[in-house]
Amino acid sequence: MENNIQTAEKNSRKKILLEAKNLVKEFPAGRNKGKSLVVHAISHVDLTLYEGETLALVGESGCGKSTLGRVLIRLLEATSGQICFDGKNIVEMNESAFSPYRKQMQIIFQDPYASLNPRMSVKQIIEEPLVTYGMRDKKEREMRVKALMKEVGIAEEFYNRYPHQFSGGQRQRIGIARAIALNPKLIICDEPVSALDVSIQSQVLNLLKDLQERYRLTYLFISHDLSVVKFIANRVCVMFLGCICEIGPTESLYEHPLHPYTRFLLNAIPKADPKLRSQEKELLSGELPSPINPPPGCRFHTRCPYARDICSQQAPCRKEINGREVFCHFPLED
Amino acid sequence: MNEQLLQANSNAHEANTELVLDIRNLKSHFFTAKGVVPAVDGVSIQVPPGKIIGIVGESGCGKSMTAMSVMGLLRYPGKIVGGSIILSGKEITHIRPKELAKIRGNEISMIFQEPMTSLNPVYPIGHQVREAILLHQKISKEEAKNRVIDIFRAVGIPEPQKRYYSFPHQLSGGLRQRVMIGMAMVCRPKVMIADEPTTALDVTIEAQILRLMKKLCEEQGTSIILITHNMGVVAEICDYVYVMYAGKVMEQAETFTLFEKNSHPYTQGLLKSIPKLDEKTDRLYTIDGVVPNLLHLPEGCSFCTRCSQAQKRCFSEKPYLYETGQNHGVRCFQYESGVHLDGK
Repeated sequence: MENNIQTAEKNSRKKILLEAKNLVKEFPAGRNKGKSLVVHAISHVDLTLYEGETLALVGESGCGKSTLGRVLIRLLEATSGQICFDGKNIVEMNESAFSPYRKQMQIIFQDPYASLNPRMSVKQIIEEPLVTYGMRDKKEREMRVKALMKEVGIAEEFYNRYPHQFSGGQRQRIGIARAIALNPKLIICDEPVSALDVSIQSQVLNLLKDLQERYRLTYLFISHDLSVVKFIANRVCVMFLGCICEIGPTESLYEHPLHPYTRFLLNAIPKADPKLRSQEKELLSGELPSPINPPPGCRFHTRCPYARDICSQQAPCRKEINGREVFCHFPLED
Repeated sequence: MNEQLLQANSNAHEANTELVLDIRNLKSHFFTAKGVVPAVDGVSIQVPPGKIIGIVGESGCGKSMTAMSVMGLLRYPGKIVGGSIILSGKEITHIRPKELAKIRGNEISMIFQEPMTSLNPVYPIGHQVREAILLHQKISKEEAKNRVIDIFRAVGIPEPQKRYYSFPHQLSGGLRQRVMIGMAMVCRPKVMIADEPTTALDVTIEAQILRLMKKLCEEQGTSIILITHNMGVVAEICDYVYVMYAGKVMEQAETFTLFEKNSHPYTQGLLKSIPKLDEKTDRLYTIDGVVPNLLHLPEGCSFCTRCSQAQKRCFSEKPYLYETGQNHGVRCFQYESGVHLDGK
């Protein structure tokens, strides 16, 4: 294992923090005519996260991006596959062996109203992870909580207030303080700004960026908003129905999408410039197929205007084009 | 093409007599135990026929409450305390519930944000849409059903005959929103109010729904009031835009003007703080602070506490909506030389 990492390091000069191999997550979905049904939330996904980067997971609702984020930090258990964090496979560890790793991976949730316990004060919320991981000294804890509050821009005097006394943006800041309390290496940001107003959204995005620089955090940034992703991510991974469509550096992916789905996603965003509206846009027709009965072959072929026979028969393999990965039989030319 | 659009737009705005919906100085206040909340505080909105009018603003700015007031859906402790709402020349501000029921769904209709909670889960969607026709028009059930299937086809629901008997839970979010639009359009209303119609939907579906609304607006001549917080959606389909903040219109302009010559510090901040697709920046522009509590609004301009250009008088005096150009109004002392548009 040790060797593996060193070679990987040499190859990419970037240190791999987390690596998922052949990850599968299925949920039971009841029975139909005696057959038990399964939701294929994530199907054979390989994903690598480098230290200090922001990798964005984008896709429409139901594509499995949130599930993937949760499986990676074992909030949900994978059905099969491997997840290596710092070189150790964390999937098969028992809870006590996993505990030191859990400390290093945290999550910020989408809904700042549901993710904070209404009966706990700000102090109790931020302090909880510290207590769990054995910071016994009360004074020390208090100082740490106050430092964290200052860090995320919440005034110290709100120390004993309760979540309902804060606005959505402030609550999200409290959630962020809780996530960074244990000095984690990896933070899963699960749509952290989509419930916030535009003027508050930019404040929180700037805060996330500052914290990343200060603590060398690695973010897995889950979002459906491609403009937000453009701002914050170094690399982008586009998902469709439990499969990865393409992964690449943000700039080049936005400029020259290789996968047809990426191009349609980019086309569909309403641009904040009325001059662009007269351009006839190609729109994707149809809706997301059911993850219980995903289409055979390439999962996108039922909505893809470029699909040919092979697309409905054979799942596309990984192709590398200019250092970018794409899963498509006929990647788009520049 | 764009110039034509602008021209047509300004003409429509000049010809005041032809307005389908004219909201004048509307005030809707909420009388709560803690005090009076001025959710809508002197809002004037003009809707010419066949146009898409956007109302943008952050949560709590009163955009939805304006719509609810127009639809007569305000409930205790909310109350319309001033102003008037005129629908095709007829005052509807304080009409009797029976009268209102005749208009609502027939001449003016509304689409809500969450398509799941606005459909009845225990009736097939076809029946729910048919009800809207049967309430307002004297035609047989069979005829009404055919009309429903026609409208389903028009809003792009696949297999409309079969879908007529589907229940809401059997449809995806995008399809449910199409049903809602179908229901709102089936009586060919003069005005349709769409309150965040695409917020709960994915981008690819959002683009489909926006295109559909634009098409219906052009083909049937229905005016649409589109309430949204998304500047992208505004840029995409609106003809004229009102920017609201803390119960007041801060700026109003034609879409192109608003994006090119936005004048109010709030509009400017709002537009600057959106991450852009075609720009690479390290930091986003932010408007400091939070939306003020409507119970304790600043004495002067309601935006003064967050405004980067605020002067001394902004904290003590309330600015009017000043005219700065053709069909362009700004509520800021910087444009004081213009004519007052308030209460006109």
